[in-house]
Amino acid sequence: MSAPQLPAPPPNVTSETATFWSATLDGKLLLQRCGVCGRAGYYPRYLCANCHSTDLIDTEASGRGTIYSYTVTTRGILEYANVGPYVLAMVELDEGPKMITNIIDCDPDALSIGQRVEVVFCDTGGDGALPRFRPADLEG
Amino acid sequence: MSIREKAFIAGAYEHPGRELPDKSIPQIHAEVALGALADAGLDLADVDGYFCGGDAPGLGGLAMADYLGLKLRYMDSSDMGGSVYMSHVGHAAAAIAAGKCRVALITLGGRPRTTSLRAPGQLMGEPPEKSFEPIFGANVSALYALAAQRHMHEYGTTSEQLAEIKVAASHHAQHNPNAVLPKVVTVDDVVNSPMVSTPLHRLDCCVVTDGGGALVVVADEVAAALDRDCVKILGHGETVEHTRGGWQDITVTGGVRSGADAFAEARVRPADIDYVGLYDSFTITVLLALEDLGFCAKGDGGKFVLDGALQAPNGRLPFNTDGGSLCNNHPANRGGMTKIIEAVRQLRDEAHPAVQVRDCNLALAHGTGGWLSTRMGNATVVLGREDS
Repeated sequence: MSAPQLPAPPPNVTSETATFWSATLDGKLLLQRCGVCGRAGYYPRYLCANCHSTDLIDTEASGRGTIYSYTVTTRGILEYANVGPYVLAMVELDEGPKMITNIIDCDPDALSIGQRVEVVFCDTGGDGALPRFRPADLEG
Repeated sequence: MSIREKAFIAGAYEHPGRELPDKSIPQIHAEVALGALADAGLDLADVDGYFCGGDAPGLGGLAMADYLGLKLRYMDSSDMGGSVYMSHVGHAAAAIAAGKCRVALITLGGRPRTTSLRAPGQLMGEPPEKSFEPIFGANVSALYALAAQRHMHEYGTTSEQLAEIKVAASHHAQHNPNAVLPKVVTVDDVVNSPMVSTPLHRLDCCVVTDGGGALVVVADEVAAALDRDCVKILGHGETVEHTRGGWQDITVTGGVRSGADAFAEARVRPADIDYVGLYDSFTITVLLALEDLGFCAKGDGGKFVLDGALQAPNGRLPFNTDGGSLCNNHPANRGGMTKIIEAVRQLRDEAHPAVQVRDCNLALAHGTGGWLSTRMGNATVVLGREDS
C-alpha cells in the first residue's frame, strides 16, 4: 500500500500565527517557548496554555519526534474527501508538545507508535507550508 | 450550594423518528417539547426556563423561544457538543435551586441523516485550531481512532474488547422497535466490518439519524403536585478537557473530573450505581468513560466489558438499554439527551421489560461531546428514584 498524494490546503494566516507560518516557508518549525514556565507549546497563540504568561519566545524546533498515535483513515472530508486512505497522526516532538499532522512517504501498514519521524514541509501555494512528517533515517 | 435533591426530572420524551426529511428543525424541537411536557402533565405555558444547545437554530435560544411562544425568566444556550444535555440538567437544577425558574424545558432536535453532515470546524466563527487540525484531514472518526490506537498501545486493549461494547448495545436494541440497527451482532461481525479509521471499524461507530428529545426539570413543589413518577437529580459535574498546549494524554477524558464532581455532590460511589447511560459516539468513548468515571481502573476497560458486563438485565453494569447511539439513534449528532431519557425510563421502571434493571434506584448519565484526542466537553449527572 502506498500513501496517496495528499492535498495541501493553504492555512488561514492571522496576526497570531503569521510568524509560525512565515517560518514554514523557510523550512523551519517554530514552537512558542514560555519565558515564565519554560514549556514549549503548540499551536501558536497569544498566551501560554500552561501558565498563562504572554511572555512567549519563538524557538525553532528540531523537527524530529516520535509517533504518539496514528490512524489510517478512510473518512476524509472537505479537501480530503476523495483522496483515499491517508495517515492522520499525533506526533510528539522532541521538545515535548504533540501536534496533529500526517505521516507521508511511508507504508501506512508498517507504521508503529514510538517510531521516529522528521518534519517535511509541503507547499500549499499560499502563505505557509504544511508541517508533515516522514519516517526518519535510522542513523538520525 | 449543592443541587442535590433540589430539582426533579418530571418529563422525558424521545422522538420516535429516525428519518424526518419533511420536518423543519424547529418543528422537531417543538414536537419533543410537547412530548416531554405531556409526559410530565405540564404544558408550554408552565415553562419559565429554557435550555438548548448548538443544534437549536438561530441565535442561542432566541429563535426557539419565539417559535414556541415561551414566557421565560431564565434561558441558557450553553454548548459543549453532544454532552451538553447533562450540563443542562445540572444548570437547570442550579437555576431552580437559586429560585430563577420552576419549570425548565431542555430540547434537542436535528436532521443529519436527511441533510448533509456538518463538518468539524464549521461551527460559528473560525476556531483557532482550524489551520492546525482540519488542514491535515483530522476528521471525527480519525480523532477518536487516535485515542483508541494509543489506548491499545499503552494498555493492550484489543478490537475484540471494543467490539463487546457494540455487541451489548445490539442485544438491547433488538427490543427497541425504533432502533435503526435492531439486529444482534457478534464480536466477529464488528471486527470484520469495514475499517473506517484504524483501529475503528464501521460497527465501532454510532449511527447517523434524524430525531430529537426533550426533558422537563422542575422544582420540588412542582414535582410534588404532579401525578407522575419523577426522577431526583442528585449530582452534576462538567468540564472541558483539551490539548493543554500539546501536552495532553489522549487516553484520558474530562470524565475524571466531571464524574468525581457528580459523585461527590450525590454522595455516592461508582459501586452504588445500578444503571449507566454512556454517550457512545464510538465504542472507545464508552471504554474511556468506564475507566475515567471509576467503574474500573485506568487501562482495565477492555477487561471490564467482557462476559456481558454491560448487558441488561443481568450484567454487572447494564448500559444504554435502548441500544444507545451505536444502534438506536444519534439525533443531531448529539447523543447525550437520549442517554438521560433512557436513564429516566430505567428509574421509572419503564424500560423494555427484557432490559429493565431490577431494583434500579440509582443511575448515572455521562457524555463526551466534541472530540477525543483534542478537545471535549464532559458532563455527568447522577439520578435517583423519586422515593429513594
